[in-house]
Amino acid sequence: MLQRTPLYEIHVALGGRMVEFAGFELPVQYPTGPIAEHHAVRTAAGLFDIDHMGQFELAGPDVVEFLQQIQVWDVEQMAEGDAHYSLLCYEDGTVVDDIFLYRLSGRWLMVVNAANRAKDWAWIEHHLGRYDVALIERSDDLAMLALQGPKAEQILQKLTDYPLHTVTARTAIETQIGGLHVIAGRTGYTGEDGFELYAPVDHVIDFWNQLLEAGKEEGLLPCGLAARDSLRFEACLPLYGHELSAKINPLEARLGWTISWSKPFIGRNALLKVRLEKPERLLVGLEMIDKAVPREGYPVAVDGKIIGHVTSGMKSPTLGKFLAMAYVPAEHSAIGVKMDVIVRGEPKQAVVVKRPFYKPRYK
Amino acid sequence: MAKYKLDKSVKYAKTHEWVRIEDGIAVIGISDYAQDALSDVVYVDLPEVGDVVTAGKQAATVESVKAAEDVNAPVSGEVIEVNTALEDTPEIINERPYDAWFFKVKPTDALEQELAALMEPEAYDKYVEELE
Repeated sequence: MLQRTPLYEIHVALGGRMVEFAGFELPVQYPTGPIAEHHAVRTAAGLFDIDHMGQFELAGPDVVEFLQQIQVWDVEQMAEGDAHYSLLCYEDGTVVDDIFLYRLSGRWLMVVNAANRAKDWAWIEHHLGRYDVALIERSDDLAMLALQGPKAEQILQKLTDYPLHTVTARTAIETQIGGLHVIAGRTGYTGEDGFELYAPVDHVIDFWNQLLEAGKEEGLLPCGLAARDSLRFEACLPLYGHELSAKINPLEARLGWTISWSKPFIGRNALLKVRLEKPERLLVGLEMIDKAVPREGYPVAVDGKIIGHVTSGMKSPTLGKFLAMAYVPAEHSAIGVKMDVIVRGEPKQAVVVKRPFYKPRYK
Repeated sequence: MAKYKLDKSVKYAKTHEWVRIEDGIAVIGISDYAQDALSDVVYVDLPEVGDVVTAGKQAATVESVKAAEDVNAPVSGEVIEVNTALEDTPEIINERPYDAWFFKVKPTDALEQELAALMEPEAYDKYVEELE
């Protein structure tokens, strides 16, 4: 049985094309189409229902010590109101999930991928052991929206007295927005400035409508999963199940920057070994020289020999280029190295290019 | 018929291509239903002039943000022209599907027979309605 977010009826009324994603029925696009939605986020703003994502609250005397253990980023460095991207890793260094952590007043919020929610919960609970930590499932009472784009601040400001220009990237506030108590993080997964908003689930329909209305003049569009994917893809933000999995470690995924080596965490020993010996394969960005759409799962070959596979690929709406991310052996990972993407049986030439394809524009 | 535009001057294949006969030449594209189902089109892989295509067999590929789909030739013959404008502005397939032709074919003697196997606009309209 597929789950629905509280906004399901709203999406249908807006003409959203509903599809299955991570056990939820969500809009993949609205009638404007995914490319127009994508451009809206890059040039104005877009509103996303991302309530399928999970939120776990953690609190208690041992919460910092526990978080240090179960994820890779050094949370001691985080002050109240800070937010940071991080990873949960298995003992062997591969990835349980990629997460966002918020340090709020007296508690922490961990935002996890919808598809991994149950798995993450079980994994975290399993490691709770002796730690004096309260782990609370908030996914069902917090609704999550993302307001993303260069005009996000201007739009959100209409609904709150809080001076939003004082909220810097990767920090969060708790304040009244649209008459509701909202956690607003200056975070997101589109490569643009913007906010992720956590509002009481009972009022989220009203909140969504207030936001859409507030953004009318600025050209705010409701956006679906397709635009969310193309936006994160251009910024080379990994998507679990594509660039990340229980068979991939963070160093291969070029996420070494998320790891604080100076503290203990699950997976550290395995990852130290990878760091020392260097990863055998690496995530690369590919640009097609021959015109063709590289898609997930397409083989990547050198001299007719398959060396890897595309994890995500598309025609980039912002750059107009045919781009892909793929895992290839480290010896083929340097910028400028040419290889073929096999598109429906035909080798199409591509070249390794710099990542990200689109440089994020955070505040 | 409400949701999708129909062109009354063409015949339709079950696989959602249309064919219009202009001065004995078969002009081929995809239907409004097809472009809507595909979502935003980003690329087309067209046949080459001189290629021989067969009714019901793949002749081109259309790629959207969602997927790559075969475009079949509704009638057989030799490709005499391809719409290269689609390579740079594939969005016209979404905007004006019955103007955005993919390729033109010089049909064979089997044309009448092949056309007879295709759907009239009214029949295609019903067919699409049943797919919904």
